[in-house]
Amino acid sequence: MKKKLISMLLTGVMAASLLAGCGGTAAPAAPAAPAAEAPAEEAPAEEAEEKVEEVAEDVEEAAEEVKEEAADAGSGELISVGFAQVGHESDWRTASTKSCQDVFSKENGYDLSFVDCDNDEAAQKEAVRSFIEQGVDYIIIDPIIATGWDTVLTECEDAGIPVIVIDRTIDDSDKYVSWVGSDFLTEGKAAGEWLKAYVDAQGIKEVNALIIQGTIGSSAQIGRTDGFQEIADREGWTVLDKQTGDFTEAGGQEVMESYCKSYAGKFNVVICENDNEAFGAMTAMDNAGVKYGPGNDVILISYDACTAGLKEVQAGKITADFECNPLAAPTVEGVIKTLESGGTPEAQILVPDNWYALKDAIVDFSVDGNAQKMIEVTDEVIEAQY
Amino acid sequence: MKPNLSWKKIKGWSLFLPVVALLLVMMVNIVYDAVNGNNPLSFFVITLQQTTSNGTILYGRIIDILNRGSEAAILAIGMTLVVSSSAGTDISVGSVMSLCASFCCMLLAGYGVSSTTTLAVPLIVGVLGGLLMGAVCGMFNGTLVAYFRIQPMVATLILFSAARAIGLLLCNDLIVYVRNPSYAAFGAFMGIFPTPFVITAICVAITMVILKKSALGMYIQSVGINDKASRIAGLNSKRIIFLTYVICGLFAGIAGIVNSSRITSADSNNIGLYLEMDAILAVALGGNSLGGGKFNLAGSIIGAYTIQAITTTLYALGVSAAQAPVFKAVIVILIVAIQSEPVRNFFKKQSAAKHVKGVA
Repeated sequence: MKKKLISMLLTGVMAASLLAGCGGTAAPAAPAAPAAEAPAEEAPAEEAEEKVEEVAEDVEEAAEEVKEEAADAGSGELISVGFAQVGHESDWRTASTKSCQDVFSKENGYDLSFVDCDNDEAAQKEAVRSFIEQGVDYIIIDPIIATGWDTVLTECEDAGIPVIVIDRTIDDSDKYVSWVGSDFLTEGKAAGEWLKAYVDAQGIKEVNALIIQGTIGSSAQIGRTDGFQEIADREGWTVLDKQTGDFTEAGGQEVMESYCKSYAGKFNVVICENDNEAFGAMTAMDNAGVKYGPGNDVILISYDACTAGLKEVQAGKITADFECNPLAAPTVEGVIKTLESGGTPEAQILVPDNWYALKDAIVDFSVDGNAQKMIEVTDEVIEAQY
Repeated sequence: MKPNLSWKKIKGWSLFLPVVALLLVMMVNIVYDAVNGNNPLSFFVITLQQTTSNGTILYGRIIDILNRGSEAAILAIGMTLVVSSSAGTDISVGSVMSLCASFCCMLLAGYGVSSTTTLAVPLIVGVLGGLLMGAVCGMFNGTLVAYFRIQPMVATLILFSAARAIGLLLCNDLIVYVRNPSYAAFGAFMGIFPTPFVITAICVAITMVILKKSALGMYIQSVGINDKASRIAGLNSKRIIFLTYVICGLFAGIAGIVNSSRITSADSNNIGLYLEMDAILAVALGGNSLGGGKFNLAGSIIGAYTIQAITTTLYALGVSAAQAPVFKAVIVILIVAIQSEPVRNFFKKQSAAKHVKGVA
């Protein structure tokens, strides 16, 4: 009993002196030890002394570790972030993933759990639930589809984990802190407003458009279709047909192949809701002998502006390409920092997008009263694109 | 009396119902065009079209069907044999297509390269690599089904989920673009004909010749009807089942390369997506029993083109994407119902009753 009591006492003294930050570690132990020695017998006292030394060493190490960590990560420990990504279906997606992995790295003080959901809605909800079980600090979701989220987000709310939605939107729940992404509706409107300015400049009187839509129900498809339609309705343009190419090159090819037969000679604008569909539409139009691009019969408009897409703009095939910026992560980090410092971030934060064309197709236009600036596609621009 | 006899002959023909189904689907277009005041036969018109990049080609909706239906038709050949020999389906063909395409593009572009216009290895190496990958996948499935006696759907479920993922790994999670004109050849036009259709025709011809000229066709059917009896009769049932899966994998490889060549890239996520279902459906539409045994290869091919005819028709009618699957489902239900046993028996009874009345 006595021995235990003594060693505990000593340890307590040691620890207290350490935590109080008295500087030296061995120095305070020296006066304490003889004081305790007196009531104890000799041999056990020696043992006790050894133990004290060991404990002192341990405490010392622990204290140092704490100091190091504190120096490393400012607030003390890594912020854990769970990210449920859609999948890896395109270059755009890969750029988005890489941006997140770069920003939420260990060096920046984050611990990122990344789940690639392979375009499977059920898997994505499972991923979010596993983040809740892990007890992460923040959850980032790029929702595969816009609906069916309320239950899962309620679970997040109950667990007290803030959710940040990026890129695509959630329509049936508001239980998230912020949405960070591009505004697809603005992209659609920009395409429409650009077309208006372009046909005016070219002296084209009539617009007969064919639309190859993205995956039906995705927010990119809805925003881009609605945004363009709004301008088309205002200007009295004819939208001949809308069919989906599922954001794939094969889809774009097959839909355009059919369009070329159904509307032979009747269309002068083709709008593809992503670059891959545009590549497919190009092959189909080649096979139908339809000429497209700046200066030709058919104006080809595309969205995304990935590197491969910009190359086709430069080659004079795609007339104008409307970007959807994949680098959302830096903005998301801003949101997390605001939350960490106890602030309230804005509910909707836009990542700036750019519009690309060749020099001849660059015209001045404005969206919702805001003047827009287009970027001319050059080798440097393509090089710098993700 | 004579025309009646030939009508009976036609009705007795094993391909009668599949052909009728195909024609019925196409008839929809005649009605639609007639109602809309267009040339009623505009769906069937084939013209010569001057293209921007491929010279002169055959051009028309029928050509689209023959062109776009190629992958499903190629898959249907292998699927028919697998269904016949093992009374099960190979649900991995769509994923294997994707894997073979990815492997082929990875070889052609070099690992980690996401876009290239020059080939890293000769074209033939990439293509043979892709085909070999298909055969290897087939061997894997065949071993599980034939030698480990795992149910075909369960055995092929492994590659169904894994193959696409392996393909993505090979492509470093990217879409690999092989923007080289020589690679585009398999998905473009050969003279005036679509190359995928030519490839399908060659595949069908070779398979038919092998099945007819050797006893393989009979062996496969015999194993499918009763594999124990076949074994007692001296056939190596296991090896024959194994072989059908290898053939199926090989054809999946061909289909994968054709599909990837169309878009001169390996889009691992989308190549062959849900195509295994089309292949299985093609076998069923062709009047083949999914219970194994006797098979009719030509029926399966017609079935595959029927599915594509439905898709092309829906495009031609401008049916919105949201409703298309519903229409497709309705048409498929009708076709399958017409070919079902009770309905066929009902019609047989009817005609028998008529016959009796006529005699009385």
